[in-house]
Amino acid sequence: MKELDITKLRHGTDLVKKGFAKMQKGGVIMDVTTAEQAKIAEKSGAVAVMALERVPADIRAHGGVARMADPTIIKEIINTVSIPVMAKARIGHFVEAQALEALGVDMIDESEVLTPADPFYHIDKRIFTIPFVCGCRNLGEASRRIWEGAAMIRTKGEAGTGNIIEAIRHQRMVTSMTRTLKTMEATRLKKVAEEYCQSYVTSFKTLTNQEVDEKTIVFGDSTYSTLKKEIYEVLKEIKGLQRLPVVNFAAGGIATPADAAIMMQLGSDGVFVGSGIFKSKNPEKRAKAIVEAVAHYDEPDKIAEVSKNLGDAMLGIEISTIPKEQLFQERGW
Amino acid sequence: MSEHLASMNRVLKEEKQPGQTILVRQPCDIDTCDALIIPGGESTTISRILVNSGMHDAIRQRMKQNNIALMGTCAGCVILAKELSDTKADVRLLQAMDMQVERNAFGRQKESFEKSVEIKGFTTPFNAVFIRAPCITKVWGSCEVLATVEKEIVMARQNNYLALSFHPELTDDLRIHRYFLEML
Repeated sequence: MKELDITKLRHGTDLVKKGFAKMQKGGVIMDVTTAEQAKIAEKSGAVAVMALERVPADIRAHGGVARMADPTIIKEIINTVSIPVMAKARIGHFVEAQALEALGVDMIDESEVLTPADPFYHIDKRIFTIPFVCGCRNLGEASRRIWEGAAMIRTKGEAGTGNIIEAIRHQRMVTSMTRTLKTMEATRLKKVAEEYCQSYVTSFKTLTNQEVDEKTIVFGDSTYSTLKKEIYEVLKEIKGLQRLPVVNFAAGGIATPADAAIMMQLGSDGVFVGSGIFKSKNPEKRAKAIVEAVAHYDEPDKIAEVSKNLGDAMLGIEISTIPKEQLFQERGW
Repeated sequence: MSEHLASMNRVLKEEKQPGQTILVRQPCDIDTCDALIIPGGESTTISRILVNSGMHDAIRQRMKQNNIALMGTCAGCVILAKELSDTKADVRLLQAMDMQVERNAFGRQKESFEKSVEIKGFTTPFNAVFIRAPCITKVWGSCEVLATVEKEIVMARQNNYLALSFHPELTDDLRIHRYFLEML
């Protein structure tokens, strides 16, 4: 590595963090649990890998508290592949995030797939040098995470199910709400912004038994008044761009090339595949097929071609058979 | 890619040039282009897409005919190089420019940075964004150095080929895209 005078360089700026996320566009990010799997993912054309101890399907099956992966595994994966390595931290667990940053991980997924650590707050992502990706079910969650400093947003979907329905639900929710913003005048937009701020207000009230006023610090070092103003600015940007101002990936339930391609056609910038690859019969073949499907998402011939003879996909779970308290997507707010 | 497209479209509009921009996906797209931008991302991924789609050979063909301009940014800069310092890397190069490149030379994402860079021929510095960036470790032949960051080469030109280890498409400064257009 080149030795530079770091005092002259600006690290961890918004541009550097969001720019990293932009470089993942049009790509597939794959969950891996070993260096060997990471190598397969890289060879199959993944733009990055997500290092974790167990894939979501196994977390779901085994239960217990799911935490950040063992640093030994993460380090091994970092040393094995040349593509970026991401890793998951529990919602609100800023010390897991600090540890991951120290390890040299390129992006942190503050993920509902792991057991949440903080019942009140997500991580203040603005103060980290490395970028974060966060899940969302709707525009409210997306706006809050972006305001908290997320450089990338993904649908929550329902991880570990091999069932695409929730990812589609969340993508459609974000898109349709974005469309309704288009015709909203400033007063109405401010109302929506205030609505989106309410989860911070609720957390504060629960913690202190006190009401919130304009000067109350509600998150990090931000006052309620700043929060409202800045969430409004986020919404104004979404309204103008008619899309999220950060890269928006699909995640949670993608199992086939067609699953990946439908998310792209619905407006995703790329996809995360969790259990879908290494829980299938032929991971290498399936991984390559999903990469191809994302690159050629609007070419039906190509999707048909790459979908041939992949072997069994992961079995999958019907969402209505999962008890509500076991749904990952209900975690976070 | 979409950021490069947007930057180039703005330049074409401002310069009132008749050119048109397209996203290339297959070899026949390459045949319709006078100039090609190879974007950032991961050089291993981009190289695989270029080779598997047949675009690698299509570009090499046009290079032989000497009738295409190329600009590579970040991973694209790697692809344009004649050789890599890490000979084991799984990247097939276009070998367009007489330079050697080191991938991720400035470190991982944590070490990624922004910095004002002096570029030869530009009157004011350019705010350059380096993301897991490569650097050009040496140049030879007619390959000319255009910018450095503390002695490390970050921009070079050889005839109608241009390589940068940073991302001009992430800022509003259009000077590099304009410079590339003027190379045609």
